[in-house]
Amino acid sequence: MKVTINGKEKQLENEVNVLELLAINDVEMPEMVSVELNGVIVDRDDFGSTIIRENDTIEFLYFMGGGSVGF
Amino acid sequence: MDFNEQQIERYSRHIILSQVGVEGQQKLLNAKVLIIGTGGLGAPAAMFLAAAGIGTIGLVDADNVDLSNLQRQIIHQTKDVGKQKVLSGKETINEMNPDVNVVIYNTFVNSSNILEIINDQDYDFVIDGTDNFAAKFLINDACVMAKKPYSHAGIIRFNGQLTTYIPDNDTACYRCMFKEPPPEGAVPTCREAGVLGVMGGVIGTMQATEAIKYILGVGESLAGYLLTYDAFDMEFRKVKINRKSNCPVCGDQPTIKELIDYNGPVCEL
Repeated sequence: MKVTINGKEKQLENEVNVLELLAINDVEMPEMVSVELNGVIVDRDDFGSTIIRENDTIEFLYFMGGGSVGF
Repeated sequence: MDFNEQQIERYSRHIILSQVGVEGQQKLLNAKVLIIGTGGLGAPAAMFLAAAGIGTIGLVDADNVDLSNLQRQIIHQTKDVGKQKVLSGKETINEMNPDVNVVIYNTFVNSSNILEIINDQDYDFVIDGTDNFAAKFLINDACVMAKKPYSHAGIIRFNGQLTTYIPDNDTACYRCMFKEPPPEGAVPTCREAGVLGVMGGVIGTMQATEAIKYILGVGESLAGYLLTYDAFDMEFRKVKINRKSNCPVCGDQPTIKELIDYNGPVCEL
C-alpha cells in the first residue's frame, strides 16, 4: 500500500502501527521524533495502537536542540 | 523621528522596497527584539537585525566566548575569546550600527527570570537561539503565557528547523509539535552531535526574517508551519502543524500554568 512519509511516496507491504513504521524507516531514536498522521500529531502513548493505512500522509518531526562540541 | 542623511543612505535599500519604505524603516527603528542565546543561531540573527536597524536588541547569555564557538558564532571574533558573549555581541553591533541600543543580560534564562527579561523592555518579538530543550520549552511556555510572538529554531548536524508562534492566532506552539522534552538518555550529547557551522547562519537569518516581517506587518509568517532544512540533500520542507486543542500550555484547558525548569544537558549551539 502507498503512503507518503515526509513528502516522499513509500510502499508498505502491510498495515503497521506507528512504532513499526518508525522501525521500518530505520529511525534510530523514536524518542526524538514526533509523528504527524494526516495533519494530527499522534500522542506518543498511542504509537503502538495507531495503525497506518493506505494513502496516509505521515511526517516525522525531529527534535533539534543544538549540537556541537561545547562546554 | 526624522531620518538624518546617513540613515537615509544606510537604509536606502530597505526604503526603496515598497513593502518597507520610510514608514517600515521607522517601525524597525522603533522595534525591540529579544534574542535568547548569542550562539550559532543568535549571532547571525543579531547581526542582521542590527544591520536592519532594529532600534533595541536584547541579548541574553551567560557564557563566555570559546575558541570552538568561532566556527559558527560569527558575532564573536578571535580577540573576544574569554569575553562575556553578551558584551562581545554588544561591541560588534555597536561597531556595525550606532542606531541600535543593545541591552545585555549576562544570565541564562530560568523559570524565575524569563518573564522579567521578556517584559523588561516590552519586547515586540523574541528569538529562541538556545541550544537545549530545557530552555526551548521554557521560552515556549513563557511566550505563550506572556502572549509574545517568538521564533523557535533548532539545528543539528546538516539539519535545521524553525517555526513562528503568534499569540491569539490559533497558532501551534512548540508543545503542540513536541509535547515534552525527550528523555535525557535519548539526546545525543553535544560532543557526539556536531553541527555544520553554516546551519546557524541559514536558520538564524530566517529567524531574523520572521521578526522583521512581523514588525513590518507584511508577508506570510511560519505561524502554523514547521520549516525544515536538510542541507545534505539541499531540501526545504514546510509542514503544516495544527494547534492542539489539548496542548498542555496553549490548549483550551492548559495544565501547565507555571514555568518549569527541566534538567538536561546544556551545550553551546
